[in-house]
Amino acid sequence: MSDTPLLDQLETGPWPSFIADLKRMAAKKPQIKDLLGQLERSYEEKITHWKHGGIVGVLGYGSGIIGRYSDLPDDFPGLEHFHTMRINQPSGWFYTTAALRMLCDIWDQYGSGVMNMHGSTGDIIFLGTTTDNLEPCFQALARNGFDIGGSGSAMRSPSCCCGLSRCEWSCYDTMEACYDITQEFQFELHRPGFPYKFKFKFSGCPNDCVAAVARADCSVIGVWKDDIRIDQAAVKAYAGGELKPKGGGAHVDKLDIQKDVVDLCPTQCMSWDGSTLKINNRECNHCMHCINLMPQALRPGTDKGATILLGSHAPILEGAQMSWVIVPFMRMEKPFDELKELGANIMEWWTENGKNRERVGELILRLGMREFCLAVGLDPVPQSIKTPRCNPFFFWHPEDFEAEAEGKTYIKL
Amino acid sequence: MADSVSKEELVESIYQEVAKVQGKKQLKAGDLTKLMIKKYGDAVSKNDVKFAIKELIDSGRCVYTYFGGSFIELPHEEGAAKHI
Ligand code: SF4
Ligand code: SF4
Repeated sequence: MSDTPLLDQLETGPWPSFIADLKRMAAKKPQIKDLLGQLERSYEEKITHWKHGGIVGVLGYGSGIIGRYSDLPDDFPGLEHFHTMRINQPSGWFYTTAALRMLCDIWDQYGSGVMNMHGSTGDIIFLGTTTDNLEPCFQALARNGFDIGGSGSAMRSPSCCCGLSRCEWSCYDTMEACYDITQEFQFELHRPGFPYKFKFKFSGCPNDCVAAVARADCSVIGVWKDDIRIDQAAVKAYAGGELKPKGGGAHVDKLDIQKDVVDLCPTQCMSWDGSTLKINNRECNHCMHCINLMPQALRPGTDKGATILLGSHAPILEGAQMSWVIVPFMRMEKPFDELKELGANIMEWWTENGKNRERVGELILRLGMREFCLAVGLDPVPQSIKTPRCNPFFFWHPEDFEAEAEGKTYIKL
Repeated sequence: MADSVSKEELVESIYQEVAKVQGKKQLKAGDLTKLMIKKYGDAVSKNDVKFAIKELIDSGRCVYTYFGGSFIELPHEEGAAKHI
């Protein structure tokens, strides 16, 4: 009988199986046999046998290495130390095949050979090495132009969608912004000094392919300020069925412009009289629905930048949160000084006031958006209001009275 | 940094704070910053503390640890590790 009857079941489905991959690896890496054995044991006993955390790292860095040990080292000696290394991925996850081979060779030499492309933050994940191999592995990576990513109470490796490199909808160069911000905050990435983790994610348009709005403390999402560009002849071609919606990937073969596009616009700002499509751009909330359906007829405008949102995270202290708008429009051009300054101000306020394991979004919930805006020097904007007309109170600060005495008015009549 | 607090003094002072609580309490970089600013007032900045911590880590006198958050401690034997 097989040593791993429970794991074997995972090979029986129609999809590629990580168990099959691990069995293949076990032929040349003895620790992988132990890995399979421990996993089988965990499935039998319904409990993990990993211990996690601790002290291991590479000299000078406090980030990027996650200590991992088996609590059954006598049964599975190959897993006594089985640390994870996070390697900062290139912007947009572009690799040459030579780079991929180099990464595999390094990990074959210094680790288990098992890797995950990519972890949920975006890094390349090297799974399983011993403490002694961490530093030489890091040095080999560094010699080949790769660096370790973030972990712990630090900035995490920023990630981005492929942006202008492949996508015509991108409203800024996400890959450049991601790279530039990664370089700017090297100290914060490698030397944990925050209350908890902090993530930047860059999406080129509101389709938000890296899910920045749900998964980044600071979500930088491309947007345009002017009008959606319309090619009326192409709209008619979609209506007539000559052009396929979503390039052939939609639920229908031929668009009913009224039913499929206009009626589903969330702000009801479109109209179609059978020959001309009109958009009241003042009311458009840039949801991308119409553009996604008719990419050859509609395009984002030309006055482009990004919306900056803050605060999303998975459940930690509070429940899961989505980011919310703090800057409706920011120009996103090299050297991205405005974003760098804002990012540094946010991190400083959060480091000063955050409790251990409190994400910046949770701190804003605790202290209030008003405190946040005052501290980082942002003007309040209507786009930050999550639920309009839900709060009948206005709290005056002493400075408000002084400003009013000097002639400032708060209500525009 | 003001003349009254040299970088060496600041580094040593941070080291002493870490050593004082070793095994009893874990300090984060932010805790150490607050302690130093309380001790030296305007004579040190957050940046001074940041680079003083860097020096302690780079020299190996202190290490980063992770136990549900990242802390700065004296090097010690890893509790979870069984030596090979
Ligand atoms: S987020 Fe937008 S710009 Fe980026 S890849 Fe997706 S669709 Fe393209
Ligand atoms: S992008 Fe969305 S909100 Fe704007 S016009 Fe199209 S469907 Fe309406």
